[in-house]
Amino acid sequence: MTAAAPHTGPGPAKSPPGPSAPARRAPRRLLPRFLPLTPALVLLLLFLAGPIAYCVLIAFTDLQLTGQAEESFVGLENFRRAFGDEEFLNAVWLTLVFTVVSSLIGQNTLGLALAVLMRRASKPVRTLTGGIVVTAWVLPEVVAGFLLYAFFRREGTLNAILDWLRLPSQNWLFTLPILAVSFANVWRGTAFSMLVYSAALSEIPEEITEAAEVDGAGGWRRMWHITLPMIRRSIGTNLMLNTLQTLSVFGLIWVMTRGGPGGKSRTLPLFMYEQAFQNSLIGYGTAVALLLLLVGSLFSLVYVRLLRTEV
Amino acid sequence: MRPTAARPRSASRLTAFVALAAVTPLVLTACGGGSGGDPDTLKVSFKQSTDNSVKVMDTYLVDIKEQFEKAHPGKKVELVPIKAPDAEYYTKLQQMLRSPKTAPDLVYEDTFLINSDITSGYLKPLDPYLAKWKDWEQFIDTAKAAARGEDGRTYGVPDGTDTRGLWFSKDVFAEAGLPADWQPRTWEDVLDAARTIKERVPGVIPLNVYTGKPVGEAATMQTFEMLLYGTGDGASDPLYDRSSKKWITAGQGFEDALAFVETVYEEKLGPDVSDALDPNVGTRVRGEWLPQGKLGIALDGSWLPQDWLEGSGHEWPEWSEELGLAAMPTQRGQAPGRVSMSGGWTWAIPAEAANPDLAFEFVETMQTRANAQKWYIANSGIAVREDVADDPAYVRAQPGIRFFTDLVENTHYRPAYPAYPKVSTAIQEAMEGVTTGDLSVEEAARGYDEALRDATDGRVVEK
Repeated sequence: MTAAAPHTGPGPAKSPPGPSAPARRAPRRLLPRFLPLTPALVLLLLFLAGPIAYCVLIAFTDLQLTGQAEESFVGLENFRRAFGDEEFLNAVWLTLVFTVVSSLIGQNTLGLALAVLMRRASKPVRTLTGGIVVTAWVLPEVVAGFLLYAFFRREGTLNAILDWLRLPSQNWLFTLPILAVSFANVWRGTAFSMLVYSAALSEIPEEITEAAEVDGAGGWRRMWHITLPMIRRSIGTNLMLNTLQTLSVFGLIWVMTRGGPGGKSRTLPLFMYEQAFQNSLIGYGTAVALLLLLVGSLFSLVYVRLLRTEV
Repeated sequence: MRPTAARPRSASRLTAFVALAAVTPLVLTACGGGSGGDPDTLKVSFKQSTDNSVKVMDTYLVDIKEQFEKAHPGKKVELVPIKAPDAEYYTKLQQMLRSPKTAPDLVYEDTFLINSDITSGYLKPLDPYLAKWKDWEQFIDTAKAAARGEDGRTYGVPDGTDTRGLWFSKDVFAEAGLPADWQPRTWEDVLDAARTIKERVPGVIPLNVYTGKPVGEAATMQTFEMLLYGTGDGASDPLYDRSSKKWITAGQGFEDALAFVETVYEEKLGPDVSDALDPNVGTRVRGEWLPQGKLGIALDGSWLPQDWLEGSGHEWPEWSEELGLAAMPTQRGQAPGRVSMSGGWTWAIPAEAANPDLAFEFVETMQTRANAQKWYIANSGIAVREDVADDPAYVRAQPGIRFFTDLVENTHYRPAYPAYPKVSTAIQEAMEGVTTGDLSVEEAARGYDEALRDATDGRVVEK
């Protein structure tokens, strides 16, 4: 309707008379045009940018939750301290392990595999599998945490099954905590990848697959030369979303292991929480949060590049 | 149609005004204002048990609330329970205390953190109120000191204290051939009893000592300090040097205490390590292991029976027949022969409280002699009021009270200065290291020294 207005209504009368006019009018027009955006802008600044800016500010102070009369500006001290702190470096390492194992390898590959297999499956099988996987995703993080705690603990389901199979059982949360929580994250988050890939696969035109089949390409070749290149964009998006979500997983690990034993599953979010709220070091905790943000943006950067090279 | 393009300027001003008017209330709500507090409503925050069946404090406060509202017509008491494990309770409370909008009028403060919160300026000095309050004279001096800041002013009214000792199952002891009137003289005696139980009563956990970060302050106080304060001469503080105001690095006593913990878990005298490092192990000790006879010896606090009282959910009135009590011995039996730690909680008024006067009147109601006595008995607390401690009705009210009240004589208070919570975390980390076997005692002690320097800004001394 707006596009047609200049031809039908009084539009032409308002249109610029000469080439120099727009330049003069633009600033005056710009203001009213942006006015309706102001509420949104103000809200954005207030509730999104505000807290972030405040966080950045706090990260450069020695603010504590208790035990301190007033805080002071300490510059880069918190960051220097983090890099000199073995526990921090350990947390960074665990976060990378957790992200690579559970998100890059686990959720992503398993999601793709499920999506591919489900395209071939009969409808009841598809519905059932989809239902189960999505249920895991729909469960609140804490509930999922308790379920998997019950699954992995010493008297838990996994060991009961192993016993029944006459295989040696062990206390998974104690001996392999980071793998246990990684598995939990795979269990919980695979549905998302599966949905993304299902959607992507359904976009691939049948003719191309059929043509390849006629040309004698086997399943793996079709996957490698047709399917994967065609859903590359989805892979990038999915990897990015998965990674960012996995980097910030807190509740799941907190419920299952509290970062223990001995810090063996203490990823950055847990380390941050412990520093800020258990040791009352808000300033240091916030600095760690900013570093976590940095790790997230590094991952994102890699994926964005991956996306850009395509098409 | 594009509404903004051709409008006259007055209209765009109107738009601006409308937009601003729409946003302003949001901004104001976000930045300040809010309801400062109703002068007729008293908000009382307290720590609710994480065990749903334990309602001791809830019941007691409802009773006080009724008394208070009857005596103060027109005033209302709003109880604000915070249901969380200790560590999270402190955090939540501190966040509430930071702002006048969220600060309640009265809070339940652990002596563990009170000095830290005083330094932060979260609490109000109570001296003007205490000076006019007759009952204050009844409080024993050590208890009064528990809530005194470094500025010499008092910031809380203690509602009891606690002591710690060894609880043991008489059934398990009988099966193991150990005496029913057991009283170990040294640490080795304790370990030997545990070894005997391990050998002769399979399927029972010989000895529980709390350890590691998941359990929090319970590991530091119920286990580590009960050991540490039993090393050395028993007179000087092994953690903090009061004369130089410096924290003491890990010495021989510290390493010996760690070695004790290491022995318990290395020799499998304690619970399975994964159970010991479960944050809920305390609930299992009280609710499951002790009542079901699955635990031989527990190094734990005087408050355990509050979980076993009538109406508490895990009623176990027979506990006094089935459990024995022994004082924790010093390391080699050196004088004074036994050791205990004390802490306890206080009622404090936040600096930002809207109704401080009313809050203190509520404290007075709680601390009438009758109400105080009711509370000590209800929560298995150890009286800090002389009039109550001397009352035969209090001593008779519960088995064990005499035993734990007598321990007050040999008890120690923690150096609960602002750095203490961090020092405590460092201790828990050292304990966890030796419990899991990841660290040797020496490594854990060096780790502690390092963490201690960090936590105290280098105010440490070697002894």
